[in-house]
Amino acid sequence: MTRTLTLFRLLLAIVLAGFALGARAQLSIEITGAGASRFPVIIPIFEHEGQLPNSVTDVVRADLDRSGLFSLVDLGPLALPESVMPDLPAMRGRGADAVLTGSVVAQGSGRYEVRFRLFDTQTQLELGAMALPMTASQNRLVGHRIADFVYEKLTGQPGYFSTRIAYVVKSGPNFELQVADADGMNAATALRSREPIISPAWSPDGQRLAYVSFEQKKPIIYVHTLATGQRRVVSNFKGSNSAPTWSPDGSQLAVVLTKDGQSQLYVLNADGSGVRRLASSSGIDTEPFWGRDNNIYFTSDRGGSPQIYRISAGGGSAQRVTFDGNYNVSPRLSADGKLLAFITRNGGRFQVAVQDLASRQTTILTDSARDESPSFAPNGRMILYATESGGRGVLSAVSSDGRIKQRLTVKAADVREPAWGPQPRQ
Amino acid sequence: MKKLAIPALLSLILAACSSTGPTDTAAQVEDRSSGTGVATVTADSAAGSGIAALTDPNNILSKRSVFFDFDSYVIQPEAKPLIEAHARFLVQNPQMKMLIQGNTDERGSREYNLALGQKRADVVKQALLLLGAREAQIESVSLGEEKPRCDAPTEACFAENRRGDMLYSGEF
Repeated sequence: MTRTLTLFRLLLAIVLAGFALGARAQLSIEITGAGASRFPVIIPIFEHEGQLPNSVTDVVRADLDRSGLFSLVDLGPLALPESVMPDLPAMRGRGADAVLTGSVVAQGSGRYEVRFRLFDTQTQLELGAMALPMTASQNRLVGHRIADFVYEKLTGQPGYFSTRIAYVVKSGPNFELQVADADGMNAATALRSREPIISPAWSPDGQRLAYVSFEQKKPIIYVHTLATGQRRVVSNFKGSNSAPTWSPDGSQLAVVLTKDGQSQLYVLNADGSGVRRLASSSGIDTEPFWGRDNNIYFTSDRGGSPQIYRISAGGGSAQRVTFDGNYNVSPRLSADGKLLAFITRNGGRFQVAVQDLASRQTTILTDSARDESPSFAPNGRMILYATESGGRGVLSAVSSDGRIKQRLTVKAADVREPAWGPQPRQ
Repeated sequence: MKKLAIPALLSLILAACSSTGPTDTAAQVEDRSSGTGVATVTADSAAGSGIAALTDPNNILSKRSVFFDFDSYVIQPEAKPLIEAHARFLVQNPQMKMLIQGNTDERGSREYNLALGQKRADVVKQALLLLGAREAQIESVSLGEEKPRCDAPTEACFAENRRGDMLYSGEF
C-alpha cells in the first residue's frame, strides 16, 4: 500500500513537473511540509476523459494533494463512472474516507459536461453531486472548481483552488506584475516596467489591482483593470503615494501619502477623488489593511518602534495590537476577522507570525529569515508570503496553523510582493 | 537682463527635453489572446539629461548622494559641504527644480522602508531649505529599498544603499 502510494506520488510529481515545464509561467510549487493527518480520498480517472486533450482528474488530484489536507489513495487505471454507485465498503477497505466519481460527457460542437459525485465511505452517503459545462481547453478551470467542491464538502470551508494570485517578478532590470492561478499555472503579465512595482492589492471583485509603480521615478498609485489593461492614476500627490488597500465594498482605498509631511494614512474614492486624512501621528504610519470588520490595521512607529495598530475606517483613536518584540509590520487580517498575519523580527530574522485576535496569542509560523508581505487565502487557511531562498526571492505559503508549507519558484528570477486574490464570483 | 535670459532659455530647453521624453502615461495595451483574461501593458519612464556643471566630475555638484546610518535619518557632518553646494546652486538658479529620492537597505518591510526613505529625503530637503532654497523648487520622494545601487547582502552594500539622491530638472 505504502509502496503504491509512493509510486503514485512520484508519478504525480512527474506529471506536475511536466505541467511546469510546459507553462509560460514557470512558477512551480514544491510541497515542503504537510499536515499531520491527511484525509484519504480515492479519485479515479474520470470516465471518458481520454476524449479531452488535457486531463481534468489530474488537476483535481494535484490541487487536493498540494493542499496538504488530503492524501490520494491509488485505485489504478480503473475509472468509476459517475452514473454507477461505487462499492463504498471496498473503497473503505482500501483506506479511503471519501470517493469522487466522475464522467466526461460529450455534448457536441466542442462542448462537454463533467458530472461528478462525492461519497463518504464511512456513512455510505452521497455528499453531493454536480455537473459543470466545459470546452476542451477549460480542464484546469473545471478541475479547480471540482477540487473546491471536494475541499468544501470534506473540510466545511470553501476551497481556494479557483482563486488567483498576483506577484511581481524581477529579472535583471525588468519588473513584471503577474497574475496566475493559485497553483502558479496560467501566469500572465499585467504590467511590464523598467521601474519597481510594489504592493499589489486586489479589488474585492477580483477584477482590478491597485499597486504602486515607480515608472514616473516616484511612487504613484494606479488602479489597473486586468481584463482590459486599462489603468488609471488614482493618487499622484506631491511626495510618495503608496500602500493601497481596498475597502470591503470596493468603493474606496486607504493609502499612504506624504503630501502633508511624513507618511500618513488617507482614504480616497476608488476613482482618486475625495481624499481625506484618516489619522494623524508624529511618526510613520503605513501599510494599512482594510478588514471586513471595517477596522484598518496599519504599521506605525509612533511608540518608538514599528508596531501594528488598529483604527476604525471612520477615524477615531488608534489601538495598539502587537506588543511582543520591537519590529512588527505588514498586517493582514483573515476574512473572518479572527487572525492577524504579520511579519515579526525575531532575533534578527524576519518571520511570518499570526495573532489570534481574541486570545492575543501570537505564533511564529516560519523558520526562514527574510519573510515579507503575508497575504491570506480567502478561506484563511493558507498564508502566501515572499521569502528568500538561495539568494533569490521566492514565494512560499504556510497554513495558518504552521503545519503545511509550500514553495513557489520561478527559475532565474526574483519573485516578491504576493497578494492572494478574492474568491471568484460563480 | 542678459543674466536672467540664460537660465530662462535653459529652462525652456529643459522643458522641451522633458516634454519630448516618453513620459506619456497612456498605456500601451498589448492584445493577448491567451484566454487568461489579462492584457499586458508596458510602462514607459522618463529619461532626461542635466547640464554641464551638474555632471562635471570635478564639480562638487556632480556628487548627489547623502548617506545615512542604519534606521537613521540624521545627516552626517561630512555631507554638509555637498548640501551647501547644492543649496547655493538652487539659490542661484531659482528656475531649477530638484527631486530628492530617499533610499534604504533591503532589510524589513518594503512599505515601511518606503516611509523611512521618505524621512531621509525630507531631512535633506529641510537642510536645503534652511540654506535658502525655496519650497517650490524641491520635491522629496522615497524609493525605499526598491532601487539598490549595490545588490549584495553585505554591510558595505547596505551602507551604500542608505542614502538620499538629489536629481535636477531633466534628470527625473
